[in-house]
Amino acid sequence: MISEQLVDLSRLQFAATALYHFLFVPLTLGMVWLLLIMESVYVMTGKVIWRDMTQFWGKLFGINFALGVTTGITLEFQFGTNWAYYSHYVGDIFGAPLAIEGLMAFFLESTLIGLFFFGWSRLSKPKHLLVTMLMAIGTNLSALWILIANGWMQNPVGAEFSYQTMRMEMIDFWAVVFNPDAQAKFVHTVSAGYLTGSMFVLSISSWYLLRKRDVEFAKRSFGVAAAFGLASALSVIVLGDESGYTVGEAQQTKMAAIEAMWQTKPAPAGLTLIAGINETEQKNDWEVEIPWVMGLIGTRSVTRQIPGINDIKIKNHERVTNGIIAVKALEALRQNRNDVQALSTFNATKADLGFGLLLKRYVSDMAQVTPALIDRAVNDTIPRVVPMFWGFRIMVVLGFAMLALFGLAFFSTIKVAQEKKPWLLKWALWMLPAPWIACELGWFVAEYGRQPWTIYGVLPTHLSVSTLSVNSLYGSLAGFIGFYTILLVVEMYLMIRFAKQGPGSLGTGRYAFEAMNHEAANGTGEKK
Amino acid sequence: MIDYSTLKIIWWILVGILLIGFAIMDGHDMGVGTLLPFVGKTDLERRVVINTVGPHWEGNQVWFITGGGAIFAAWPVVYATAFSGFYWALLAVLWALFLRPVGFDYRSKIHNSTWRSVWDWGLFIGGAVPPLIFGVAFGNLLEGVPFQFDSYMVSTYSGSFWQLLNPFALLAGVVSSTMITMQGGAYLAHRTEGEIQRRTIIGAIGAALLMVLAFVAAGIWLQFIPGYRITSVMDTGALADPMNKTVIRESGAWMVNYGKQPLLWLLPAIAVAGALVTAALLVARRTLAGFVTSSLALVGVIGTAGASMFPFLMPSSSMPGASLTLWDSVSSHLTLGIMFWATVIFMPLILFYTSWAYRVMRGKVTVEHIQANEHSAY
Repeated sequence: MISEQLVDLSRLQFAATALYHFLFVPLTLGMVWLLLIMESVYVMTGKVIWRDMTQFWGKLFGINFALGVTTGITLEFQFGTNWAYYSHYVGDIFGAPLAIEGLMAFFLESTLIGLFFFGWSRLSKPKHLLVTMLMAIGTNLSALWILIANGWMQNPVGAEFSYQTMRMEMIDFWAVVFNPDAQAKFVHTVSAGYLTGSMFVLSISSWYLLRKRDVEFAKRSFGVAAAFGLASALSVIVLGDESGYTVGEAQQTKMAAIEAMWQTKPAPAGLTLIAGINETEQKNDWEVEIPWVMGLIGTRSVTRQIPGINDIKIKNHERVTNGIIAVKALEALRQNRNDVQALSTFNATKADLGFGLLLKRYVSDMAQVTPALIDRAVNDTIPRVVPMFWGFRIMVVLGFAMLALFGLAFFSTIKVAQEKKPWLLKWALWMLPAPWIACELGWFVAEYGRQPWTIYGVLPTHLSVSTLSVNSLYGSLAGFIGFYTILLVVEMYLMIRFAKQGPGSLGTGRYAFEAMNHEAANGTGEKK
Repeated sequence: MIDYSTLKIIWWILVGILLIGFAIMDGHDMGVGTLLPFVGKTDLERRVVINTVGPHWEGNQVWFITGGGAIFAAWPVVYATAFSGFYWALLAVLWALFLRPVGFDYRSKIHNSTWRSVWDWGLFIGGAVPPLIFGVAFGNLLEGVPFQFDSYMVSTYSGSFWQLLNPFALLAGVVSSTMITMQGGAYLAHRTEGEIQRRTIIGAIGAALLMVLAFVAAGIWLQFIPGYRITSVMDTGALADPMNKTVIRESGAWMVNYGKQPLLWLLPAIAVAGALVTAALLVARRTLAGFVTSSLALVGVIGTAGASMFPFLMPSSSMPGASLTLWDSVSSHLTLGIMFWATVIFMPLILFYTSWAYRVMRGKVTVEHIQANEHSAY
């Protein structure tokens, strides 16, 4: 059997590398569109300040993009290095969107980003704009294919298990592509990225306005960010609700954990705002509830029930019991492919194969399964409630706080009154970390909530790992965290330095703090 | 729909094309990185070198990413077994590659000689380490890798990282390193002038000659290394089950294909001739032609390795019957078909916009160019 420590370390390494990667991705997703808007205005009006805006924000975009690429390389290969059994078991389906992402999207984005930075003097204005647009499209298509892969982990449609090859195989590619979970995740995730990009530009512009420097530059940037950010904030909330709906269809367990719904409530269920969760006794000591709302979000009806954790467990108990039969039949088939009896048993029970495999965490031989072990496996099917419940709520609160901010920012832009409201500018500045916290929490809720599965209902996490030594994992985990942290510090240093210097870093002679370039060039700058 | 056996062959060729594309495109960036500290003596010279690949390395690196994705999609069990088995080797590649995006983008953003020198060596590591390790990995594939499967198809690797560094594999590493340096040198010579170009050409010629020596030596050595041969009848259209055959290890098995199909000798011949002609062309300053012949040499080297091992992808030394071949380690018929069409549609587009990007940025990169673009150049 696979050691628990190996599984935990492998999970920790994946979580750490994915969360690091996701610090950079949302900003990239959002900023490409802001750059496209700014450059479009430049091409249409010919006003050079808009080109300066594109180039300055593009510089910060580039600093961020470099680490997005660095941390992204890991993720393309980590399924193979650390999740070998997963890769074998579902590569037939999961590998395809990853490869298509490379062919269709990442090539486009990465080839054109070079022209975006270095092609200004070599391309006509419309051609450069086209480059920026294709780069933005490539970036977003990239997210689409990654989330198709991820959506399949949450809701594995269009595939079937084959006992001959001992893996899942694709039977319907379009079902995988148009998986409702994947589509809902895509729109919600890219909207979150747009919001992150808008927040970044809004905050830094507000800082310039508070300091009363580069005011014309900052006001325009503020306006673009406010408008795009307001649209993004609305869409992230509306589409987040849409992904709540699909979660309700495909993954009721996640929903029940997010809502700390221990018991099934009569329809339409109320939305629990906050609660005192008692995980050991599986109940809430107290809760504040708004009637009806949860039922509407989860089922789009007033009559359908959302199952609570108790009912999900009862159903899963049945599936685990059934799954044991499937595992036994599969093992017989692997010994003798012509065992007709085993094949018919297997075909009758294979829908629950994954639930039987949950027991492999405790015993390798299904003959040794006891009722107590079945109960443990059933309990494993529910993720821990406290982190899900609060992680989700913090994300939502931050989302609404950003919506309010962008609403006010947009309103003050229309009235050309940005500079006159220092409280708004300060609010915008202090909210800078909010989209990152919300994005990371959203990712956490989606992936932690999928536990104990890598592929929901199909492949348990503890079976998915590579058979590496625990020491290898300690070494690589330390290496990744150390390496990434150093790079993150370097990135933050550069980001803050260039954000502080502002558009003067372009060396055009039109902005404040141009002198920093010369100081730096003469080696008398802050960095010695 | 194309039948399963044909698709399996097509995918062997497509992965080969992706590997060759990676070697030609990302390879020349890595070669430039390898040469960087040696052909650029001053900060300005180094910026010239870096900016020859500055607008392109990002797109070129996607050959590596897409290669990984394509192996995942087309040969999932190879992706799983190779990358988990070669765990530390692959991590060393990844960690070396980490230094490139930040090296390129961050290096010239700060005016400080220590800062810049650190990133220059980072770019050197990011350019030199991956090709070396890929070569060593290929050497190990030719020797066979100790892995086995249980009835659940869980793979276990019973070797260690240090075992990968055996003499034959290290020689394969030298072949790979020198060919990538030659490739980078030919490219860099084409995009630079004067003193930088002169130093680059010396380096590239040295790399080309060394590559020929190492490649020929490895070829001779290969005669004495036991290869692998399938002894059962292979149903090429069957479902992918790598445990359903018998394989033996025997000396000379890697030469069998050349006996059956003498035309295959063209591949090693192209490798050697390509490198020698590249050296000659670079002496004559015919840099673009040199880049083309150097690319042909890469086709020859990678083709030679593939042709020797066909149909094996990853032979197992500890459980030869579990060796992974292009017949039994593939994805399902449907997935191979979909991925084939995706490649047929997108690969020409990629080649189109990549060549457009190179055309836009064509011409020599000079010291004056860097000085004029102080704030925007890398």
